[in-house]
Amino acid sequence: MKAAPFDYVRVSSIDEACQALADGGEDARVIAGGQTLIPLMAMRLARPALLIDINDVKELSGIAVDSDHLVIKARTRQADTLSSEIVQEKLPLLADALSHVGHTQTRNRGTVGGSLVNADPSAEIPLIAQTLGAIIVARSTRGERTIAAGDFFDSAMSTTLAPDECLTEVHFPIWSPENTGFGFHEVSIRDSDFALAVAAAQTTLDAGGNVQKLAVAICGATPAALKLTDIEEALIGTDLNDDIIKVACAKIDDLIDPQSDVHADAAYRGRVAKVMARRAISDARDGAKGDLV
Amino acid sequence: MSEHKITLTVNGREMSGYAEARVTLVDFLRDVLGQTGTHIGCEHGVCGACSVVLDGKPVRSCLMYAVMADGHEITTVEGLEGPEGELSPLQDAFWENHAMQCGYCTPGMLIATHTLLQENPYPDEAEIREAIGGNLCRCTGYQQIVEAVQMTAKKIREAS
Repeated sequence: MKAAPFDYVRVSSIDEACQALADGGEDARVIAGGQTLIPLMAMRLARPALLIDINDVKELSGIAVDSDHLVIKARTRQADTLSSEIVQEKLPLLADALSHVGHTQTRNRGTVGGSLVNADPSAEIPLIAQTLGAIIVARSTRGERTIAAGDFFDSAMSTTLAPDECLTEVHFPIWSPENTGFGFHEVSIRDSDFALAVAAAQTTLDAGGNVQKLAVAICGATPAALKLTDIEEALIGTDLNDDIIKVACAKIDDLIDPQSDVHADAAYRGRVAKVMARRAISDARDGAKGDLV
Repeated sequence: MSEHKITLTVNGREMSGYAEARVTLVDFLRDVLGQTGTHIGCEHGVCGACSVVLDGKPVRSCLMYAVMADGHEITTVEGLEGPEGELSPLQDAFWENHAMQCGYCTPGMLIATHTLLQENPYPDEAEIREAIGGNLCRCTGYQQIVEAVQMTAKKIREAS
């Protein structure tokens, strides 16, 4: 349970990090929180030759509103994001999801960007990025590019980030709070454990109580967070009554192919994914209706 | 793979040593600095036995390489005792309530609940259980640990 030897460099700017990544080749890895990378290295499932420590990079930390987006810098700790008043006000869905991420001790080190690049199939932060269609910004010595969440998550623990790229920030769209509600549900064996199935939803209703806007995604039962675009489209304009939600969510059966493992078999995961999606959507509806009454 | 000189402030005292980059903070504290109060459990971030306070916040010292902590402040379970080596009120409450059996998880439990009480001197039971949610205990069933924290909180309330 000890990591194989590696070289270590501590950098103080994004440019330095990008240069170190470019020089380090494919075996160089960025480390910030290290809450997944360090266990993987202890078990020698990961064996980087060089770790580039970005904990001192001040320009990689912070949360700010940029017109209709909430920008979270990559190295911002999960604990600071969870306790941020801006996040609670502008992005309550993310705040709710963050309370399910790990434990106090891991949230104090773990970062928002780290969770995105790690792309664990049951991770909550990638799920919210996928649900709301976040934009991810990455930089390398070749320049900067933006990647839509839908193009970022590849499969389990895999993203489309190039080996020399450093994720710098993520932009979450801010919805108008009027007649808007959200829902988040997950099932895990213990609180804060890896989730078996998770769903997140956010909706805005019009004055008549019908869906104007809806975002829903699931993870845990899929290799990567999956945005349920067909279900979103099917529910636009409806009044989101329980029967309509149930019928729409039945389609999840055709969209996912859950795998069995020691924690849950495929049938269970599939069933729970559907129930989580239903509950997340109906909570979002109730939250949005709360504004209408 | 050269060694790095690492300087930490441990329980208010500056301490230095040399270690390869792959040495975790908990191994460095125990093997290089001789601070053996912090226990190593699972070594991959599951059990919480190795919890220490890093710059005021509880973290797992097996999920950090010592070189990453260079220049930072650490409080370990040794740092909770009073100036004469007496038990802190929280430690005393653990003793009073029999909040341990084998004692393996105790340093981590003390760090988790010590930082909880610093941030929130009046936690309710749910908040206490949330604070120790990342710390496994296979002996007590957690009940006596919760009671020890409640007793400490009560004492803090009465004293203020």
